[in-house]
Amino acid sequence: MPAATTSPARADREKSPDRPRGAAPAPGARRHRRRPPVPLLLLLPTAIVLIPLFGYPLYQLGLLSFMDFGQEQASGGVPARFIGLDNYSKLFGDEQFRDVLVQTVVFAGGCVVGTLVVGAALAVLLTRVGRWPRLILMFAALGAWAAPAMTGATVWMFLFDTNLGLVNEVFGMDGHNWMYDKWPAFALVGAVVVWHSFPFVMITLYAGIQAIPVSVLEAARLDGASTWTTFRTVMLPMLRPILTIVVIQSVIWDFKVFTQIYVMTQGGGIAGQNLTLNVYAYQQAFAADDYSLGSAIGVVMTLILVVVTVFYIRALRRSGEEL
Amino acid sequence: MSTTNPARIGRRRGDRRVARRIANVTAVVAALVAAFPLYWMVLSALKPDGEINSSSPRPWTWAPTLDNFRDALGVSGFGRYFLNSLLVATVVVVLSAGIAFLAAVALTRFNFRFRTTVLVMFLVAQMVPIEALTIPLFFLVRDMGEVVPQVGLSTLGSLMLVHLAFSLPFAIWMLRGFVAAVPDSLEEAARLDGASRFTILWRILFPLVAPGLAATSVFSFITAWNDFIFAKTFIIGNTDNQTLPSALLVFFKPDENDWGGIMAASTLMTLPVLVFFVLVQRHLVSGLGGAVKD
Repeated sequence: MPAATTSPARADREKSPDRPRGAAPAPGARRHRRRPPVPLLLLLPTAIVLIPLFGYPLYQLGLLSFMDFGQEQASGGVPARFIGLDNYSKLFGDEQFRDVLVQTVVFAGGCVVGTLVVGAALAVLLTRVGRWPRLILMFAALGAWAAPAMTGATVWMFLFDTNLGLVNEVFGMDGHNWMYDKWPAFALVGAVVVWHSFPFVMITLYAGIQAIPVSVLEAARLDGASTWTTFRTVMLPMLRPILTIVVIQSVIWDFKVFTQIYVMTQGGGIAGQNLTLNVYAYQQAFAADDYSLGSAIGVVMTLILVVVTVFYIRALRRSGEEL
Repeated sequence: MSTTNPARIGRRRGDRRVARRIANVTAVVAALVAAFPLYWMVLSALKPDGEINSSSPRPWTWAPTLDNFRDALGVSGFGRYFLNSLLVATVVVVLSAGIAFLAAVALTRFNFRFRTTVLVMFLVAQMVPIEALTIPLFFLVRDMGEVVPQVGLSTLGSLMLVHLAFSLPFAIWMLRGFVAAVPDSLEEAARLDGASRFTILWRILFPLVAPGLAATSVFSFITAWNDFIFAKTFIIGNTDNQTLPSALLVFFKPDENDWGGIMAASTLMTLPVLVFFVLVQRHLVSGLGGAVKD
């Protein structure tokens, strides 16, 4: 087995032992698949970008969270000190952090539910309308999808402006400040998030529904199943893999909302009532100059999202995605 | 079905027609609601100041004006920020498309030992809260600037680098579906004709994957174009290098917002993305299909 001696990686893939050295491969044999350096070469540019700009900062984030790293350390005057889990014990002893954690979960959960209800309802609607209404709705959804988070935030703020906003005018609530109370403010930001993200759910689910063979639905109908029964017992099980993916993607996105909160509540709301983990971490680091505490919050967030990701990968596997 | 009497069929067909009409109307109303904020944005950008600041806003205007755009582009320097954003996004799109293409080929056309591990890493990378990474990246960019000034704080180069890094994992993940969809046999035929590996990659595979690259580019473009947090964090000294989203924040004043200017700037910021989206709309949907489920 001469090939086995060329490199260990090659030996790993070389499963046909009897080909003599230097002989041409059999016609159709995929010779390129057996040369390990090529894929590594193709992945090299990716590695050059991601290792220093993604991997290293991630490692630094973890490292910083175990340090005492504030303004003096940042400007280089004082060396950073290793303080173990102090940042974490400080965090979990801090009442505000616990509040922020809870309201992040509630806010993200609300956004996910809102996005899914709107997206799924419109996806089903899309399957039952004519060509033109469908195109119009698709086009409008594309617009909401394309709008940058920043401009979505500014336009909705204008619509809900205390004195000049259209909404207060129409409902005769002139002078009402939507951002004054905690939950109305969260609800308004959530509405913007839903507006931005329902198109993804709608279009993905619509594509999923379209992919269900007509014959299956026809068969259910011929068996006398009502629309609701067909939906529940035929469509839903077939859509489950896509639904799972859409749900988890939404959880991940909505958990990380930053721009809308930061801009609409002007950095976390009155007395920080609208802080979410992301904005809280940012404020601790860049407003309060406690970079290590901010990093610890970032690590907590990352860990939560890693757990979600594990579920995501399992869902992908189950839906037949080949990894 | 022979037992069903004709009158019943007729009624059912009538019901169905009514149901369909209701569905059509609902869809159009939903579309209007979804599009309304964008309409309001463009409308307000075109309204003269007097109408913007009136306490009884109307959903139309008889005196459209470009004053708000002129102010935003001229006085507030949005023209420059627009070009900055465009430059950053273009560089990111081009580099990310090229790099992601190579990686996607590696991950679909080859079998190697850590393939699955690498794939899972790209997936996990999409979940990382990149906002939290601003903290270590701020120091990294600051330190890099001392060696290579072009990528230090307050430079467009620093933004290009981080956006490239954060758009790559998703771009690779999405492109994978497009590369996998190209049948092996074409490359096989080219190989038998004696084409080199580079020729196959560049002349055969690349053109076939181009629609997928276009769809992927939308997401890279959006990552760079929409970014607010990195621009806000990195561009601190030289405001000439501001990009659109963080420059928009300058318009916000605690008491008195110049809504006409904000809406004009928002419109300028939304248009390129909208155009991009509409152009590749078809590939976008099929691409997402590929990204979500092969």
